[in-house]
Amino acid sequence: MKHEQAKKYGMVIDLDKCTGCGACMVACMAENNIPFKKDETNKLDSITWMRVYQLTNGKPFPNTDICYIPRPCMHCEGDHGHSPCVSVCPATATDYSLKTGIVSQIYTRCFGCRYCMAACPYHARYFNWWDPVWPDGMEKYLNPDVSPRMRGVVEKCSFCFHRYQLAMNKAFLEGRRELEEAQYQTACAQACPAGAIVFGDLNNTKHRVHRIVQPDPAHGGRPKNPKAFRLLERLGTNPKVYYLSSREWVRRLADHYLPNETPGKGH
Amino acid sequence: MKMDRRSFLSFVIGGAAGTALSPLPWKLTDDLAIWSQNWPWTPVPERGEVSFVKTTCMLCPGGCGVTVRKVGDRAVKIEGTKGHPVNDGGICILGLSGLQLLYGPARVPSPLRRAGERGQNRWEKLSWDEALSLVAERLAGLREKKLPHTVACISGTDTGTVPRLMERFLAAYGSPNFIRTPSMRDSYEMTLHLMQGVQASAGFDVEHADFILSFGSGILEGWGSPVRMFRAHSKWKETGVKVVQIEPRLSNTAAKSDKWIPVNPGSEGILALGLARVIVEESLYRKAFIDTYTSGLEAWTREVLGRWTPENVEQATGVDKSTLVALARSFAGARRPLAICGRGRGDTPGSIGEFMAVHALNALVGNINRKGGVWAVPDPDYIQWPEVETDAVAAAGLQQGRIDGAGSKKYIHARHLLHRLPEIVDASDPSVVQALFVLEANPYYTLPDRDLLKKAWKKIPFIVSFSSFMDETARNADLILPNPMYLERYEDVPYARGFNKPLIGLAKPVTAPQFNTLPTGDVLIRLARALGDPVAGAFPWENYEQCLSETLQDMWEPLQETGYQVASDFEPGSGSGAFDTASGKFEFNPEKAREAAAHVSVQARGEAPGYPLILIPSDSMRRATGYIGDPPFVVKTVPETVLKGNDLLVEINPETAKALGLSEGKRAVLKTPKGQARVRVHLFHGVAPGVVAMPTGLGHQAYDAYLAGKGVNFNDLIAAVEDGASGLNAAWGIRAKLSRA
Ligand code: SF4
Ligand code: SF4
Ligand code: SF4
Repeated sequence: MKHEQAKKYGMVIDLDKCTGCGACMVACMAENNIPFKKDETNKLDSITWMRVYQLTNGKPFPNTDICYIPRPCMHCEGDHGHSPCVSVCPATATDYSLKTGIVSQIYTRCFGCRYCMAACPYHARYFNWWDPVWPDGMEKYLNPDVSPRMRGVVEKCSFCFHRYQLAMNKAFLEGRRELEEAQYQTACAQACPAGAIVFGDLNNTKHRVHRIVQPDPAHGGRPKNPKAFRLLERLGTNPKVYYLSSREWVRRLADHYLPNETPGKGH
Repeated sequence: MKMDRRSFLSFVIGGAAGTALSPLPWKLTDDLAIWSQNWPWTPVPERGEVSFVKTTCMLCPGGCGVTVRKVGDRAVKIEGTKGHPVNDGGICILGLSGLQLLYGPARVPSPLRRAGERGQNRWEKLSWDEALSLVAERLAGLREKKLPHTVACISGTDTGTVPRLMERFLAAYGSPNFIRTPSMRDSYEMTLHLMQGVQASAGFDVEHADFILSFGSGILEGWGSPVRMFRAHSKWKETGVKVVQIEPRLSNTAAKSDKWIPVNPGSEGILALGLARVIVEESLYRKAFIDTYTSGLEAWTREVLGRWTPENVEQATGVDKSTLVALARSFAGARRPLAICGRGRGDTPGSIGEFMAVHALNALVGNINRKGGVWAVPDPDYIQWPEVETDAVAAAGLQQGRIDGAGSKKYIHARHLLHRLPEIVDASDPSVVQALFVLEANPYYTLPDRDLLKKAWKKIPFIVSFSSFMDETARNADLILPNPMYLERYEDVPYARGFNKPLIGLAKPVTAPQFNTLPTGDVLIRLARALGDPVAGAFPWENYEQCLSETLQDMWEPLQETGYQVASDFEPGSGSGAFDTASGKFEFNPEKAREAAAHVSVQARGEAPGYPLILIPSDSMRRATGYIGDPPFVVKTVPETVLKGNDLLVEINPETAKALGLSEGKRAVLKTPKGQARVRVHLFHGVAPGVVAMPTGLGHQAYDAYLAGKGVNFNDLIAAVEDGASGLNAAWGIRAKLSRA
C-alpha cells in the first residue's frame, strides 16, 4: 500500500474549548443545504450531520459538570477501509476513499435500506423521511456545490468533500499538486467561534491535526497523545475524529470505561 | 440531546441490534437508484460567478465583521471576516443564519397598514407615498395641537447615524422621548459616569486579563460581543487564565470555568462587597493606584463594607467564608485580574450598586484603563451635524421632560428607562404617548410584565414599526414601514458591546432589496421634508446615503473597502486625566450616589409561602433574545431538554422534583405573581434545589411558523423591579410556584 502519498483527512475537537454554542451545526446546515421542518424537536428524525451532544457527570448539585461533544461523521477507517457502514451497503452507495480517507455517500445510488444507519455506532447517518421543502424564496441561498437530497435516501457528514474538490481544482489550475492546510477546511471548523475544531491531513506532519493527535499507524491511528481520544475506541472502528479533554470523566464516558478502569491504558 | 451513559451506550447497541430494517427487496436496487435521481421537485441551485462582500453583522450588538459568499446575485453563505478586530474570522450561530432571515418568510414585503384589529395580522399594502403621508399627517396634527412631546421612539440602540437621525427628528419636531431599550449597557454607562465622571461605554480588555471573576456574566451565553468572548475564552484555556464563575446555575460558562461558585440568586453584589472587604482588610489592594488615583476608599470601607463581614456574606450568599477569603486572595494576587458583571447576556440592566461594587473590585486591583482591565471607551464623535434649530412649539415640547422620567430629579443619573413606560402610559388619560415609533427593537416581546404592557399598548393611538420582520411589535402596530435588512442597506455600526477600542463597522448592501423596503434614514428625511420647517431644516440631505457618506467623510471610502475602521492604537485616558469626577479621581463612594453604592441587591417579587421557589432566566447562544428571533436553523439546534413539540421545559433539581412529585418531562404549571404558563420539567443537577431555571428566547407569537408558538416567553412571567437608587430595572428573577398539571 502506498500510504505515503495518500491523505487521511481527520479532525480533532478540543472539548475544553467547545462552548456548546451550536455554530458548527448551523455552519454545516448552511453549507450543505440541509433542510429543516416546522418541528425539529424529535431528534430522531432531525437531520444534523454535525450534532452537539451534552454529556453530564451525573453528580448532584453542586458537583455537577457538563460537557459538550460535537459529533460529525467519524469517517471510520475500520480495518483497512472497511468502515462499519461501508461494509453493509448493498448498493455501494457509500465508500471509503483510500486517497482521502473520506467516507462518501452517493445519494443517487442509495435506495434507502438504512443498513448503514443500523451499522453506524455513532448515529451519524440520517434518513430523509420527507422531501426537503424551503419556504418560498429561501431556496435562493442554496449552495450550488452541494445537491439537495430527496426523500428516501440516507445522508451524512461528508467532511465538506465539495470543498476538497474545489480546492483540488484550483490547485490543479494553478499548477500545484499539494493542498495547504488552510486551502481545504470544513465549514464547521471554519465557523467555530471558539476555534475548537482543527481539521487537516492526519498523514501530513505539517498539519496541526497530525501534530496534536500523533496518530499511530500501527494501531489504526490510535492517538499517541495521551490527552487525545476517540469515541468507542475499543470497537475498532478507527474513527478519524479525535477529541481532547482535560476532564477525566469525559474521557471515561467516551469509551464506556468501567469504574475501575483508567482511560488511555490497555487494549 | 442529553447523552448520559446509557444513551451513549446505545450507540453500540443500535449497531448490534439493527434498529432500521430494509423496507424494500434487493433486486430493486438499480431501478431505485435511477428513480431517485429524477425528483423534479428537489431544487437544483443555480450556478454563477462566485464573489465575496465584506460587511457588518447587525443581528446583535456584537459588531462582528462578516463576509458574504455570493453566487451570481444570490447570497449563499455568511462567514466571519478574517482579520476583523472583533471576531477575526469567527461567527456565531445567529450570524451564520442571516440568509434565512434575508430570504425568509418573516420579512415584511412592503409598507403595510393594519386592516383588522391590532394583532390580528390582517394587513393592507400601500405605497410608500401613501404610507409616508399618513405618518406626516398624524405628526402635523399633533404639532398643531402643541403635543409634539407625545411622540416617542423606542430604539434598539442610540449610536450610529440612523438612531441619531431619529433622535434629531424628534428634537426638531419637539420631543425628548427617544428611548433606548434596556440592557447592562445602561448600568455600565452609569457606573462609569458615577465613579469616573465620564460618558463612555465600558470596554473590557479580556484578551490581556489573567484572572476572570465573573458575577454571573454569560461569557459563553452571549455576554459582550459573543464571538470575541469565545475567542478570548479559548485563549484563556491555552494560556491557563483562570475563570471563576459566580452564578446560581451551572451555565455553559460555569461548566467551562475553573471554579463555579453557586450563589444564592440575586446576592452577587453582596459577594462582591464581601470580597472587597477581605481585600481591604488584608491590604491586598494596589496601594500606588489607590493612593494616587482614587478617593473615598476609607468612607466606603466604613459605610458600605462595614456590615459585610465574611459571616454576614456567607449568610446572604450561601458562599462559605473560606471560599470567600481564598477567592479574594487569588483575585487580588493575580497580575491583571478582571471582574465583570451583567447577568447572562446582560439583557437586564441590574442594580447600580451591584455594578459599582464589582467595578470597585477592579479599582482595588488598579485595573482601570490598564492592559487587561476595564476601559472607558468614549462614544465615537464622527457625527458632527449642525445644532437643531427649534421653533416655539418644539422648544415647548422639549421643555416637557421625558415621559420615562430619565434625567428628572428622581432619576437624575438615568438616560433611558423604558421599563417605566407601560405603567406611565397605562396610568395616563389620554395617553401621554400619542404616537410611538419602534426602530430595530421588539418591545412587545422583550419588555417584562406583559399584561401591563398590553394594557398600555391599547392606549397608544398610533404605533409605527420600522421593522424588516413581522416581529411581535410589528404585528401589533398600525403601520409598518419596513427597513431593508442589514444585508440590503448601508448603515454605520459604531459599537461592539464590551469591545475596548473605538470601532466603526459599515453594513452595506450585499444583494438588491428583496422586498419593497425603504431605509429608515430615507423615511426620516422624507418625513422631515413633508413636515416643512423647522423640521425640514434639520435634514438638509438629499437622501440617507448622502447623509452617511458626508458624515463619515474620509472614512466612507475605506469603510466600503474593509468594512470597518478601528482605532487600534487607542489608549484609554490614563492617570488623573481619566477621571472627571468632583475629586478628579476614581470615586469609591461618589457623593451623589452614596445610597446607590450601599444597595447592591433587590428582592425578587412575591412572597415565600405562596411562591416557594425562585424563578431565574437561563440564556443560551442557541436562543436569540433581542430584536431578532431565532431563524429556522437556530431553532433546529434547540435541544429536546428545552423544547419538546411546542412545550417548554424548565429546569429543576431532582430534589425539587421529588418534593413536588414531578419526574422528567412531566407537565406542570409554573405560576408567578405576574403570570402563569404550562410547561414541562427537565431534571438537572446543575440548578440549586428550590430554583427553577427557565430558558429565554422562546414563546414568540410572531416571526414565522418555525418559531411562533414554541415554548413560553420568560418576559410574560416576570416584572421589573426598580432599583431605588438608579431607577434601572434590577430584576434578576421572581418568586414562583410549580405544581403538577
Ligand atoms: S461551533 Fe465550536 S464551540 Fe460551538 S458547539 Fe461547535 S465545536 Fe463547540
Ligand atoms: S461514523 Fe458512522 S457513518 Fe461515519 S464512517 Fe463511521 S460508521 Fe460510517
Ligand atoms: S455575535 Fe452578534 S454580531 Fe457577531 S455574528 Fe453573531 S449575531 Fe452577528
